[in-house]
Amino acid sequence: MSTKYIGQPISRVDGRAKVTGQAKYAGEYNVPNLAYGVIVSSAIAKGRITNIDSTKALSLNGVLQVFTHKNAPRTAERDENYWDEVAPPGSPFRPLQNDKVMFSGQPVALVVAESFELAMYAASLVQVEYKIEQHVTDLDQVRNEAYVPRPREGIDPPAKPRGNPESALAGAPVKIEVEYSAPVEHHNPMEPYATTVLWEGDSKLIVYDKTQGSVNNHDYVCNVSGLSSDQVRLLSPYVGGAFGSGLRPQYQLVLAVMAALGLKRSVRVTLRRQQMFTLGHRPRTIQNVALGAATDGKLQALIHQAIAETSQYEDYSEPVVNWSGELYQCDNVKLGHKVVHLDFCTPCDMRAPGAVWGLYAIESAMDELAYKLRMDPLELRLKNYTERDLNNNKPFSSKELRECYRQGAERFGWSKRNPEPRSMRDDGSLIGWGFATGAWDAMHFPASAKAVLSADGKLMVGSATADIGTGTYTIMTQIAAETLGLPIEDVTFKLGDSTLPKAPVEGGSFTAASVGTAVKQVCDKVRGKLFRVAQTLPKSPFANAKLEDITFADGHMMLTSDPGRSVSIQEAMRHGGLSSIEESADAAPDEAKRSQYTLHTHSAIFAEVKVDEDLGTIDVARVVSAIAGGRILNPKTARSQIMGGIVWGIGMALEEESVVDHKFGRFMNHNLAEYHVPVNADVHDIDVIFVEEHDSIVNPLGVKGLGEIGIVGVAAAIGNAIFHATGVRVRDLPITLDKVLAGVAVPKREILAPAA
Amino acid sequence: MQAFQYKKANDVDGAIGAGSTAGLKFVAGGTTLIDLMKLNVERPTMVMDINSLPLTKIEKTADGGLRIGAMVRNSDLAHDLTVQKGYPVLSQALLSGASPQLRNMASTGGNLLQRTRCYYFRDTAYPCNKRNPGSGCSAIDGYNRIHAVLGTSEHCIATHPSDMAVAMVALEASVQVKGSNGERTVPLKDFYFVPGSTPNRENVLAPGELIMSVTLPRLADGTRSYYLKRRDRASYEFALASAAVVAQMQGRRFQRIRIALGGVGTKPWRSTEAETVLESHEASAQNFRKASEAALSGAKAMHDNAFKIELAKRTLVRALTVVTSAA
Repeated sequence: MSTKYIGQPISRVDGRAKVTGQAKYAGEYNVPNLAYGVIVSSAIAKGRITNIDSTKALSLNGVLQVFTHKNAPRTAERDENYWDEVAPPGSPFRPLQNDKVMFSGQPVALVVAESFELAMYAASLVQVEYKIEQHVTDLDQVRNEAYVPRPREGIDPPAKPRGNPESALAGAPVKIEVEYSAPVEHHNPMEPYATTVLWEGDSKLIVYDKTQGSVNNHDYVCNVSGLSSDQVRLLSPYVGGAFGSGLRPQYQLVLAVMAALGLKRSVRVTLRRQQMFTLGHRPRTIQNVALGAATDGKLQALIHQAIAETSQYEDYSEPVVNWSGELYQCDNVKLGHKVVHLDFCTPCDMRAPGAVWGLYAIESAMDELAYKLRMDPLELRLKNYTERDLNNNKPFSSKELRECYRQGAERFGWSKRNPEPRSMRDDGSLIGWGFATGAWDAMHFPASAKAVLSADGKLMVGSATADIGTGTYTIMTQIAAETLGLPIEDVTFKLGDSTLPKAPVEGGSFTAASVGTAVKQVCDKVRGKLFRVAQTLPKSPFANAKLEDITFADGHMMLTSDPGRSVSIQEAMRHGGLSSIEESADAAPDEAKRSQYTLHTHSAIFAEVKVDEDLGTIDVARVVSAIAGGRILNPKTARSQIMGGIVWGIGMALEEESVVDHKFGRFMNHNLAEYHVPVNADVHDIDVIFVEEHDSIVNPLGVKGLGEIGIVGVAAAIGNAIFHATGVRVRDLPITLDKVLAGVAVPKREILAPAA
Repeated sequence: MQAFQYKKANDVDGAIGAGSTAGLKFVAGGTTLIDLMKLNVERPTMVMDINSLPLTKIEKTADGGLRIGAMVRNSDLAHDLTVQKGYPVLSQALLSGASPQLRNMASTGGNLLQRTRCYYFRDTAYPCNKRNPGSGCSAIDGYNRIHAVLGTSEHCIATHPSDMAVAMVALEASVQVKGSNGERTVPLKDFYFVPGSTPNRENVLAPGELIMSVTLPRLADGTRSYYLKRRDRASYEFALASAAVVAQMQGRRFQRIRIALGGVGTKPWRSTEAETVLESHEASAQNFRKASEAALSGAKAMHDNAFKIELAKRTLVRALTVVTSAA
């Protein structure tokens, strides 16, 4: 037996529970006397509710209440009470507190009944009348009204301009100026949002909620409902995907709590798939990129400006443009990010928020520039490679991007690429090879953990983080088991419970680093205690040793220099008369060290597409992604993360779009048949490479997090491959067959002209 | 969702007897009806389950055709050896539709009656003439990328979603329906209405009438057939354009050809215009293009779906190319 687990491809420790149905999700907790809430959604985008007639619904036997803005219990008045951990600046939405409709699909009533079916039926009988006001949901219509949003905590505003970008662009011998457009996307995790509130009497609630932050939502419930911290326990042990949509409390949570408090009963509220399109989303974003270069490819000017949407009531923003200034060596740079108010609900972080759009644009633009220069796109990246982040004038804590380029290109066979568009064919189809770079942050936030080691050698470690399918349970178990040298079966990791030590929301790819560090620290404390106890054993082999001299492995402590001299952990516990060892740790990032560096993950993505030009069919035949993401805790879950990101990237490139009817201000394709994400048949070869990257600055574990990096850059790589295959540059995602066919009819050949 | 009564039909006559009850809907696989009930688009007050009716046989007819019971599941039909060998176009069309799970439930009769995927029809927040006659069509001035270009009217441009029905139209299938006035047979090409001014009326079924079976005529020996579907992803997606071709060749000439298009019409779209161009003419790229031009000659594009006209032409050309180059 070996208790070396870090870096091993351990299967998910929660896998069996999930595939056998033992893992229960928020909407699956059945308790006696449970009432069921169904939300009535607004049919209009903007206006006032003039009347809600609940008479018919209430006349049904078994309907308990119809909550509307007229009769719903009042929640807190002040905006501050609604500010959750990741709320952007503004006045958060509060359901059923007034007659204002601010977005189509906004909850306007909650019907609660003795059965789900009855609640569904009763909800269909609620008559809502509105006074309609003119809405605006089309970003293009109001792009001239774009403004600089109030800064959002934790997100750097665009870096200040450097050099003289406009005149450098004007004077550059080779340049491109292009606009890219990206649509609204919705997270659409498999599990819809759901909350089951268990009424424990005396206004005590146990809340099973789908969330990425049990502490965040616990505090939110207390703040908006006026309950004290110990009246609410919020649990979220399993989450069926979230992708950022669970970073903020969703409206079913406050509605379920409201109903439980109002009716003094246990209540469940589950969203329907259609209602999943009334939550925060990835904002539609338009980007203008201008690049100027010398004829040898050296960048002389880089201008990248984005306009995105936010709601009427909050200033949502995301980091779209800074990546461009950090990724390349360029002395003349201008970056800008603005937003416009639309009558939608506030957008919400969605896997690699900002970066997916920003890198889509800059990496497509770099590709366009490469053709104009008649230069290999990869060579252009290397020509402008930077060892310093010039936005902040700091070195990178580690940056193995060059190695990503090298290994990815080698695995893909990039050197065999014929640079000429439309030059590669196979079996009647056009073949295209495209390439792009990806980047994401390696963040680290304070997190706490506790550990309880029992006399029988079983260890429980807990932290109020989440596992949204990412593998948190597994990697934390690995870290704990290895640190204490215990068999992995003897270690249990607990999460998703607001009574556990505090952790930040699970997102931003910072969980492995933040919670992992806390888990390591708390286990180190247990190690210290065990060692000190072992030293007190009669004839202890460690009498003259220091903790650093000891290895914990296979359930034993042993002298590293002489492993034969060992003490079993259980024996030490017994000797010390300890029924358990309990420790807790509050881990914080080493900001003094980290702040001197820019800390990023990087990737290089190579994609091959096969295009049937006649019918416009695009197949992504293969993708190679080389990742520099620091230390890999578990290559199996890590690979899954990256593969998932790539699959999503394929969808982003070719399929995914929440379509809006602007006349009604409403998302139209609100189901999983018409909202297209890749199906198995769309996904072919995916090859993931983890490039070795050592980083002692980022955090003691050397991990950077992998939740987002897999998706970044994929859409650009595929778009670039489509151009290489067809000579058609579609700058408007998703690249659907009609756009390719339109391009094929009028090929944009001018772009192939030799550089001036 | 409307509260409803549920009844199980034990025999065909019982089902038909109850069939004309106001607010009653038959449910077979439920893959359309139940969805639409959840969306409040369909609001039956009684649902009669016809899943146990003995309409599950696939059998040869006396004249060598094939009779398919209305309750034959799409998966069973797609994988039936006689169908795969004799009517490959039908098997291909079925397997290009929906997902395995849906095909396991969906029935032959139900597939013929599936409702449009028009966004505006499926969301009660929008006016829709098909769902709510006289309320207006939101698609005509709305987002209509997936909508029809053939058979539209100023009242409705909703696309018929079925793949199976397109293949069956090309196979010149007929539908046997039974009601309180007895049984009748309707050629499938006449089974559907174009929307005209009554888009809520989609087919010839009278209240209470039940589809009993679909009959495919015998095909001449050596007949080739093929179904090609273009869509926004490789599976689990409705057609942007599809073509069903059933051809009997004499050397390089078409002795007889039947063509139907999907994804572009308000009903499964038989194109006699294209057939006329090709019949007794040679299989050539030029003639294929001429035929496809003829097939789409009456097409009317809306703001977002003009691409479908060219896509449908190319899809038909490709289908004809494949079917005539097969060994």
